Amino acid sequence: MKNVKVYSTSTCPFCLKVKQFLKDNNIDFEDIDVAVNQEKVEEMVQKTGQMGVPVLDIEGEIIVGFDKDKITAALGL
Amino acid sequence: MFGAFIMSKIYDLIIIGAGPAGITASVYAARKEMDFIVLTMDIGGQTAWSGDIENYLGYQFITGTELTSKFEEHIKKYNVEVKEAEEVIEISKNGDDVLVRTDSSEYRARSLIVASGKQSKPLGVPGEEEYRNKGVAYCATCDAPLFAGKTVAVIGGGNSALEAALQLIKIAKHIYLINITPELGGDTIIRDKVAASDNVTIMNNSQVKEIFGSTFVEGIKIETEKKEETLSLEGVFVEIGLKPNTAFKSDLEKNEQGEIVVNCNNETNTPGIFAAGDVTNVLEKQIIIAAGEGAKATLSAFRYISKIK
Repeated sequence: MKNVKVYSTSTCPFCLKVKQFLKDNNIDFEDIDVAVNQEKVEEMVQKTGQMGVPVLDIEGEIIVGFDKDKITAALGL
Repeated sequence: MFGAFIMSKIYDLIIIGAGPAGITASVYAARKEMDFIVLTMDIGGQTAWSGDIENYLGYQFITGTELTSKFEEHIKKYNVEVKEAEEVIEISKNGDDVLVRTDSSEYRARSLIVASGKQSKPLGVPGEEEYRNKGVAYCATCDAPLFAGKTVAVIGGGNSALEAALQLIKIAKHIYLINITPELGGDTIIRDKVAASDNVTIMNNSQVKEIFGSTFVEGIKIETEKKEETLSLEGVFVEIGLKPNTAFKSDLEKNEQGEIVVNCNNETNTPGIFAAGDVTNVLEKQIIIAAGEGAKATLSAFRYISKIK
């Protein structure tokens, strides 16, 4: 099982979609709510060079936004 | 080969968009047992980005996200064929058939409903595109938490700008509200709340000239009554209203705002092409109105194809 992190806020629609997509595919992930965890905002910004959520970190491969094709490929689904 | 196969199929109806108008249109089309497809960029449209909703019948209170899930559940019941993330490039007619070309395919149908909705209007100033997601944001509901303890600007003076400011008041260090008109618009209740906050500076008669920075936004240049000024800040929330999603090529009649002109039966200037919801010139933009218009549009399309079949 690949190590998957999702940086998100509880209010953004595409964050919810990403998480739902992972759940539908039985992928375990670490859910990082950047709204409650400020140092994680910095971590996310450093990894991606941008401030939009959601961000996925799949074993070091960074995907910004709900890009179904990229996520599918990175997870080998 | 694949493209040719798709082109040979003629649907009864194509629906562009899956916000409240498009989804309601889909439910009605499914219940009329029409052979149809939905082409859309996303599900929910602006509803998905809405905060709290207290005027959609049947729900005294529901969030935009929850209502969007309810919409999705509703169309799933009917096994509707939905193509997500397809952008429409061109709409045309060939005899009685409507042709829709997207960025990845082409479709043919006897009728079409355009329910493509609206999107945030860009400011159109230097730096805006460059710093998108690097300090420039268009959804306070989504991105406000990323600006905790930071100084930000909200651009606009209507309800959406005031609501964005209100969300940021609790999170950001300081908010500049940059409003181009002499006075703030919007509802009195929310305007008073914003004005009463001690971390908001309201700047009327002010216009953004430029957004600048290095990797991320570092400030904006504004002009207030012909005087230029630079504000150091880290976030810019653009809330200057919406523009209709009608960038595709077509012969549809539009008004000055770019909205598709429809009559009371949702008919456009082109037979067989209907439109519904925020993309049209129907004055009021509300979820419940868009939903009703979507229902009307399908019933009109159904009546239309019954005549030409």
